[in-house]
Amino acid sequence: MTSHPAKKIVPAFDVAKVRADFPILSRTVHGKPLVFLDSAASAQKPRQVIDAVTKVYSDEYANVHRGAYYLSETATANYEAAREKVRGFINAKNVSEIVFTKGATEAINLVAATYGRAFIKAGDEVVITAVEHHSNIVPWQLLRDATGCVLRIAPVSPDGSVDLAEFAKVIGPKTKLVAIAHVSNVLGTVLPVREIAGLAHAAGAKIMLDGCQGIVHRHVDVQDLGCDFYVFSGHKLYGPTGIGVLWARAELLDAMPPYQGGGDMIDTVTFAKTTWAPAPAKFEAGTPPIAQAIGLGAAVDYLNSLDRVAAADHEDALLRYAMTRLAQVPGVRLIGTAPHKAAVQSFVMDGAHPHDLATVLDRHGVCVRAGHHCAQPLMEILGVSATTRASFGIYNTMEEVDVLVHALIRAQEVLL
Amino acid sequence: MNVAPLNDDLRTLYQEVILDHAKHPRNARLVERHTCKAQGNNPMCGDRVTVTAQVSDDGRLRDVGFEGKGCAISIASASMMTEALNGQTIAAARRLFDAVHDLCTGKIDADAAKAKIPEAAESVDKLASLSGVRQFPVRVKCATLPWHALMSCLDGKGQTTTTEK
Repeated sequence: MTSHPAKKIVPAFDVAKVRADFPILSRTVHGKPLVFLDSAASAQKPRQVIDAVTKVYSDEYANVHRGAYYLSETATANYEAAREKVRGFINAKNVSEIVFTKGATEAINLVAATYGRAFIKAGDEVVITAVEHHSNIVPWQLLRDATGCVLRIAPVSPDGSVDLAEFAKVIGPKTKLVAIAHVSNVLGTVLPVREIAGLAHAAGAKIMLDGCQGIVHRHVDVQDLGCDFYVFSGHKLYGPTGIGVLWARAELLDAMPPYQGGGDMIDTVTFAKTTWAPAPAKFEAGTPPIAQAIGLGAAVDYLNSLDRVAAADHEDALLRYAMTRLAQVPGVRLIGTAPHKAAVQSFVMDGAHPHDLATVLDRHGVCVRAGHHCAQPLMEILGVSATTRASFGIYNTMEEVDVLVHALIRAQEVLL
Repeated sequence: MNVAPLNDDLRTLYQEVILDHAKHPRNARLVERHTCKAQGNNPMCGDRVTVTAQVSDDGRLRDVGFEGKGCAISIASASMMTEALNGQTIAAARRLFDAVHDLCTGKIDADAAKAKIPEAAESVDKLASLSGVRQFPVRVKCATLPWHALMSCLDGKGQTTTTEK
């Protein structure tokens, strides 16, 4: 019997199998099957994450880094194992570069309050873009108010792109830090972060990426991206709430003063003087979110168990299909049509306010986000007070896009 | 779980009179010679409405206008509010605020509201059309936003009020 050389068959992304891992997706809302299109706000959780968190509390819970007893040792090992999983996931050089925070917001505030207060002075410049989430605007405004530094805004093009040449104009010799989204939460734009990192470094500045959306939709290798800080939240990455990650180059973490004082972040304490523990403990004062970190580790394991290239292709196909179908609905205008996009689509519909749309869609079982998406300055630039946003995760289907479009047409019957 | 059929709830919320006021809001302008002015904000959704009013020496609202951006519910509510208030005393305006609040949260029905403010019974009938929001708890704030701004306006605070108090 002759045998042919084995032909590698790449199976199509098995979305049905993925959906079966997410218990909530089998429920109904208002008597309709749940169509969850708000993963950019917070993603649903697979059974593997839910089980991991349950196991912590039912089987393996104690405080970490303290007790010399079996359960505390186990909890500590699991907590630190989660840190190693995150390190691998973003290809950080060293596990000590992974700081757990309560979320991406806290991670950005940490960078502003420690790196910012220590190294950014009056007259220095911090550069953000017009597409930022409030959580990557307000911490820098607080820093500006405290230090007298200057906040500069790189513009966004009408289609939602961030143009490199325009960006270069706001970077200069006074720039100390560039703090920008990897992927816009409103427009889905994937920013040219590698190139911007090059611009920042050429000017002698550091660059921080807000990876809340980026890490969900793109493979992230922090060394390859060439950034200095990368932050993201666990709950958008199919993990628990209350856990986020700050990654920073070791030498930066070493140079930064502590964020909060308390237990776990010290080396020795006397009333005269306290010395700090090295990173990451230096930035993790107090009892950390133990179960949440372990849950995030489980989410990373889960994602690693999937073919992530196929998952990304699936999301891109969903986005292309949604853009085509939505554009065909009379009166609908897409907001965010940049060439490089992740699976997030905002839109407006003539005569129907996003809030009213969201209410009608909800009665069809469709969950979308309506409003300013915590990006009021961007809304003003776009000339809209609010948009409706459909955002897609690994578990969404083409049929769900059809349900969205059908519900929009029904909404027109109700509202127009 | 008792869920009303799809279209009944939605039709009650988005009934003809609401859509008419949303698409063609009355008194959608700032009153030039206003004696009070206040802004209402819903930080959750970014809706904003500015309410201006002219109160005459005898304590009656002579002209009420608004300007704002928002959903059909908040604009319709603002529009109906300006109509309902014209010529009313400040005391009646405050009772109307309470009535609208109670109608929207399902505490009272239209008849009970009318009994409380007989001098504005006709207006209450119209405003009762806002009570469809009681089936949509997150939308109650949309209906009450302009009324909160009005209260702030009459209290002479002249400042921004929010739904998140």
